[in-house]
Amino acid sequence: MATTNSRSLAQLMLFPSVILLLAWMIVPLCMTLYFSFLDYNLLTPGNNEFIGFVNYEFFLTDPAFLESFFNTLLLVSGVLLITLVGGIGLAILLDQAIWGRNYVRIMVLAPFFVMPTVSALVWKNMLMNPVNGLFAHFAAWIGVTPVDFFAQIPLLSIIIIVSWQWLPFAALILLTAIQSLDREQLEAADLDGAGPFSKFLYIVLPHLSRAITAVILIETIFLLSIFAEILVTTSGGPGYASTNITYLIYTQSLLQFDVGGGSAGGIVAVILANIVAIFLMRIIGKNLEG
Amino acid sequence: MAINNSNKSKLIYTFFAWGISGLIFFPILWTLLTSFKTEAEAISASPSLFMFDWTLVNYKDVLARSPYFDHFWNSVIISLGSSILGLLIAIPAAWSMAFMQTKRTKNLLMWMLSTKMLPPVGVLIPIYMLFRDFGLLDTKIGLVIVMTMINLPIMVWMLYTYFREIPGEILEASRMDGANIVDEIFHVLLPIALPGIASTLLLNVILAWNEAFWSLILTAANAAPLTAFIASYSSPEGLFYAKLSAASAMAIVPILILGWFSQKQLVRGLSFGAVK
Repeated sequence: MATTNSRSLAQLMLFPSVILLLAWMIVPLCMTLYFSFLDYNLLTPGNNEFIGFVNYEFFLTDPAFLESFFNTLLLVSGVLLITLVGGIGLAILLDQAIWGRNYVRIMVLAPFFVMPTVSALVWKNMLMNPVNGLFAHFAAWIGVTPVDFFAQIPLLSIIIIVSWQWLPFAALILLTAIQSLDREQLEAADLDGAGPFSKFLYIVLPHLSRAITAVILIETIFLLSIFAEILVTTSGGPGYASTNITYLIYTQSLLQFDVGGGSAGGIVAVILANIVAIFLMRIIGKNLEG
Repeated sequence: MAINNSNKSKLIYTFFAWGISGLIFFPILWTLLTSFKTEAEAISASPSLFMFDWTLVNYKDVLARSPYFDHFWNSVIISLGSSILGLLIAIPAAWSMAFMQTKRTKNLLMWMLSTKMLPPVGVLIPIYMLFRDFGLLDTKIGLVIVMTMINLPIMVWMLYTYFREIPGEILEASRMDGANIVDEIFHVLLPIALPGIASTLLLNVILAWNEAFWSLILTAANAAPLTAFIASYSSPEGLFYAKLSAASAMAIVPILILGWFSQKQLVRGLSFGAVK
């Protein structure tokens, strides 16, 4: 009897979390789906007619969609590439015997705790400003023309800022993983005459695979919905040059009040995120068993 | 000579490690330093790292010209409130999954993780309209609800990985001694799990403090936390570097300090148990 009792108790304990998350997910998602089939704009009150897939047609054939789709891909993959390569390098460096490792760790980790709006504004104004920014001063000092970051390379500038925010995270996760590496394996490889490169390729990298997976998964979740950094630096411009899908839908829904169109965009974003999620969940699921 | 050699490599590694981490930390250091400069010095073409007339005038200006403390207080309430509320909901769920595992537990965990992958824009319009209809726009309570919901999966996961490390026999023993379920949770589980619960709280306070999608969209003057307040510096006030720096410094320093305490927990919490 005790077991059936505790079983139902276990169900009861799960209840609030499951119900709340279910409600948080299903209710708004169904509403988005419903709105996406309506001709619904807050500026032109009408009877919000059912118009089928017209909103989707408009959203998907809008050149802005294709551009922001590729911008999203570039942003996510660019930041992933920089933070993974940089993170592995940093993790290996910080794993060596060095003086003051704790201070180094603290400095490396710090950017992760800076709120997105602060890091974006600091980079935009104090570092990347073409007249008074530090990079411009530096360019003038060595005698080259300063780059106007947000006019000439808006998306790359945002990639740089976001990479700075996420590099600490990747480095920390990978460092933690490297520190659990069996040292005897490396010593044995040393005895067998393995060079540093083959040790890295055949021992360190395979050991890190799980941590690398985790970094890719978590960063992708957050990077797909980058918003604040774009809002306070370029507002998506010039044109749509630095608009990602999240930002595009935001402008459609809350700046143009197009509920129907914005909802169709939202559903498209959900489908795209799901495609990524399916791959990532499979890997995490595998790791759970191991 | 061997010792000398390893000392030499230690010196080289130390040099590179400090150099690179110094570069990474530089934007933060620069912001902190600029916050003590005058506006003229802040945009000077030959900026000086330490040799300038240190002044507190920017801090005074920011505090005098804007309701900084209101926003700070909003951030405190929202991040702490959502984390505590989240814990109250997540602890029972994590307890249940860790100690009463069923065939479905793993799927349930994966499903919770999947809710985290739902892009916020997928629910942006309904949440905005529901908040408008229920009068929750620009209220602290509204933001507490949102933050609780977006961090709940992370909380359940984190607590689950902590609870899994507690041997189930301890709980069984207390059950044998006649402890009921409330005793079991409050007097046996919680004291052992306290460090894990504290870490979960800490990490979620940090995540909520820095959250910048919903807080920018759902708040205006009244409930805006610091993330939204700082965004108001995007133009043209952002060109007053010293004041921007002072406001930024006040927004990030508390969380930087908390963050340094939570390094280890960060790894566990954000890697969903994949890296320990």
